[in-house]
Amino acid sequence: MGSRSSHAAVIPDVDSIRRETGFSQASLVRLHHRFQALDRNKKGYLSRMDLQQIGALAVNPLGDRIIESFFPNGSQRVDFPGFVRVLAHFRPVEDEDTDQDPKKPEPLNSRRNKLHYAFQLYDLDRDGKISRHEMLQVLRLMVGVQVTEEQLENIADRTVQEADEDGDGAVSFLEFTKSLEKMDVEQKMSIRILK
Amino acid sequence: MFLLLPFDSLIVNLLGISLTVLFTLLLVFIIVPAIFGVSFGIRKLYMKTLLKIFAWATLRMERGAKEKNHQLYKPYTNGIIAKDPTSLEEEIKEIRRSGSSKALDNTPEFELSDIFYFCRKGMETIMDDEVTKRFSAEELESWNLLSRTNYNFQYISLRLTVLWGLGVLIRYCFLLPLRFKEFMSKHVHLMCYRICVRALTAIITYHDRENRPRNGGICVANHTSPIDVIILASDGYYAMVGQVHGGLMGVIQRAMVKACPHVWFERSEVKDRHLVAKRLTEHVQDKSKLPILIFPEGTCINNTSVMMFKKGSFEIGATVYPVAIKYDPQFGDAFWNSSKYGMVTYLLRMMTSWAIVCSVWYLPPMTREADEDAVQFANRVKSAIARQGGLVDLLWDGGLKREKVKDTFKEEQQKLYSKMIVGNHEDRSRS
Repeated sequence: MGSRSSHAAVIPDVDSIRRETGFSQASLVRLHHRFQALDRNKKGYLSRMDLQQIGALAVNPLGDRIIESFFPNGSQRVDFPGFVRVLAHFRPVEDEDTDQDPKKPEPLNSRRNKLHYAFQLYDLDRDGKISRHEMLQVLRLMVGVQVTEEQLENIADRTVQEADEDGDGAVSFLEFTKSLEKMDVEQKMSIRILK
Repeated sequence: MFLLLPFDSLIVNLLGISLTVLFTLLLVFIIVPAIFGVSFGIRKLYMKTLLKIFAWATLRMERGAKEKNHQLYKPYTNGIIAKDPTSLEEEIKEIRRSGSSKALDNTPEFELSDIFYFCRKGMETIMDDEVTKRFSAEELESWNLLSRTNYNFQYISLRLTVLWGLGVLIRYCFLLPLRFKEFMSKHVHLMCYRICVRALTAIITYHDRENRPRNGGICVANHTSPIDVIILASDGYYAMVGQVHGGLMGVIQRAMVKACPHVWFERSEVKDRHLVAKRLTEHVQDKSKLPILIFPEGTCINNTSVMMFKKGSFEIGATVYPVAIKYDPQFGDAFWNSSKYGMVTYLLRMMTSWAIVCSVWYLPPMTREADEDAVQFANRVKSAIARQGGLVDLLWDGGLKREKVKDTFKEEQQKLYSKMIVGNHEDRSRS
């Protein structure tokens, strides 16, 4: 690790990142330190390989999907702002976030954006809908070889049917949100960074 | 260094004199006692003074930072995020309960919200995970005047570094010729190691020396740095097993082979486990041969934990003498991250640390029991070492540093989750 300083001044554009993500300066210093730890060859950005090296992530059945979420639009690298932007979805919701100026863009950790992040994990081709086929594929990731194709198809069919309201055989983001309206998303999709 | 003192030639003279005095002191206090195996209490005093300096320095730095209103980076050894230690089942049930308006006895087989669990767990590992922490140098909460382990520090004590650098040169000129001698008796060998130890200002505390490894056995220890070898070898006679390194280390290894029967392997040979096992067995069965020293973790770990031991050395069937080595990180970070630093850089870092303080515990010998296989035996030895050294006993393979993790662990998670979905399905079809 050597003599790298994680002082806030070392992080480029720290103020704009702070405004965009809502992380405190201290949290950003920690995350930057983490970013540097993952960036083994000190390239200044992370590749898929760097994230795949995290052992505990590799054993997560959805590990690949989560890694994909860091590389939108077919890019192969994620820099520190991009890294933090994804992590910002998991910032706990605090009171100051709720009484927002309506003209300002929605904070990354709003309920809607948290749900959208989860939705993206299902939506493999990013067309804004979870088709039955996509549901099947994600389910297969989660259960591995433990469940038969038939059982899985039944589960996928039932899930899509229950959520699908306009009958197009796929779950749109609105339908997804509706089916999870009672869920305490704010609490379940939040990670608190220690001070 | 002399640019720092641009004024008096008097000061330069003083410096020259002090250097000469230092070297004479070095000679007297290091070489002579090393030959006779006697020690002075000087090093203990040195340690105490250092501790006091560190405490004072940390206070000063915190005060200084408060004045300038800077954010001090305080590393946490327990991770940067708040984690809930609940199991997969409990968490998913929690999630379903909070989102579902259905009656609880009719538990659904799958919910869209199940993904939240995996999602969050995955994100937590990206923010902070146990293993990547193990492989970076251990962070210290207080400061020890080395910029290496504290991120707020911006000035290195130049003079000390240079002085030590000169000391290194002298030691190498002294040691290398000794090593290349044709006839190397055990005592000379031991003396060399002792010199090395003092050269590094290593303060080693040996515990339970009655359990020291005997001939025909295998000595097994956790691995933090090549210095482990020096530390153990200065207190006993061992045959080494290890992989052939290039560069400076290779030269030293070749010299050592001339003196004692060691067993060196190419890294690719190591993959051929049968060959390795055969050679080791031959060595062990010869009762006159020295005990073999093995580090079964396979790679250097940063000395906060003990990773999975490879089972090869435990299959041979000889008596195993476990040894636990624990470094005190306050005085110098002994961890060698071989994917980052070469040998010379590493040695330089070691030489410029204040001191290397460590404890060595010799544990009572263990043999494989009739109903254990090699893996269980390896784990038993590993736990004993971890417990003694106060190190965390981790299940992760040390090979994670170089390879991706095996899929068997992922299957475990998938199995657990499948049981939740499919298990309930069976209940439904019954009712």
